[in-house]
Amino acid sequence: MSCSRRKFLKTAFTGGIAASLPISAFKLLTPAEAHASIGDADVRWAFLVDVQKCVGCGFCVKACKNENEVPYDAPITRTWVERYVITKDNKEYIDSPMGARDGFTSSTVEGHKVKPEDISKAFFLPKLCNQCANPPCVQVCPVGATFQTNDGVVLIDRTWCIGCGYCIMACPYGVRYFHPVYKTADKCTFCYHRITKGLKTACVQACPFGARQIGNLKDPNDPVTKAVMTERVGILKDEYGTKPQVYYIGLDERVR
Amino acid sequence: MKNYAWRPFAVAIAAIALLLLARAQLVPADFGIHGKTFTYNFYRKSDINDWKAITVKYKGRNYCNQCHDEKFKEIMASPHKIIQCENCHGPALGHPDNPETLPIDKTRALCLRCHASLPYSLSNREDLPAIDPDTHNPGQNCVECHNPHNPSLEDMK
Repeated sequence: MSCSRRKFLKTAFTGGIAASLPISAFKLLTPAEAHASIGDADVRWAFLVDVQKCVGCGFCVKACKNENEVPYDAPITRTWVERYVITKDNKEYIDSPMGARDGFTSSTVEGHKVKPEDISKAFFLPKLCNQCANPPCVQVCPVGATFQTNDGVVLIDRTWCIGCGYCIMACPYGVRYFHPVYKTADKCTFCYHRITKGLKTACVQACPFGARQIGNLKDPNDPVTKAVMTERVGILKDEYGTKPQVYYIGLDERVR
Repeated sequence: MKNYAWRPFAVAIAAIALLLLARAQLVPADFGIHGKTFTYNFYRKSDINDWKAITVKYKGRNYCNQCHDEKFKEIMASPHKIIQCENCHGPALGHPDNPETLPIDKTRALCLRCHASLPYSLSNREDLPAIDPDTHNPGQNCVECHNPHNPSLEDMK
């Protein structure tokens, strides 16, 4: 096998160019550029639920449905409250009739009349979109219709969503549903139209007992930030690595 | 190489050009990653403004106080001060122009949201004043005897 001087130089030259190409793809950012890429991120919205304070009145669900124009009588909701009743013989009963839109007014759970003396522990648990830092619902969207804003809220572009439902399947918390009017995926937005105007979310405002709070994690003086930093808080399904931004005080391991 | 051998390439290039042209026409100009990554931030930027433009329907109790200061004072002196006006009276959007009056929820079911007895140890529900809805005047609306703005049992009519 022979190799002429000319052929060797040619191959070496093209090979060198080919090898250097991927290096140019990695761009070094200046600190200013890096900061700009994080965006105007002096805000990171987060939610705090105090489980003990929730009495299961469901005013949050009612307010959310009205505020966000979720069809009131359809079995869909952006936020809901679950009831957990665990008996002394270790049976658990969990229900959320109509997402607790009308609250909990009966001691019958899942069709079972549980006597008060048989209960070992029982509580109410509000749920809503966790606005994950690593949202699996966004990763699976095939058309770029759902995304994370710079302040950490996951939104859905209703003009762009094709309604394929991948995101509904991908969410480990089941917070997404198909909106029967817009024919797109829909979910809690932390009332983006309210929090960006300095208001509280509809559910936080409606809660009479302060069980729900919304705050800015980037503000060290925010009550939510202080609670997350200094108190015993839990998150849902930590093992999925989604980094949820809804924190619970007094979370029980039975909650799924 | 013969000329005809290049024709498929020409067709392929034309198809790609057509695709790129159609894409440039159909995809909004502000669709992109906006300095972040494709993983979570590939989107149409103006959609954020679409979400911000949604109408606020629940105005909060300070809005109600502007006209109904008597009712406001009354409820703020009672344990029911923690409940927003709009929880029972409905969202105030458009009021007082349209609708002129808000529909008041006077049903028994509304009061039972909090006052139906549920003795759950890990919820403050068990500390609320509560009744058994099956035995405490079933079928009757609570507001026939109790004043929701001043629920004190001593001041009952």
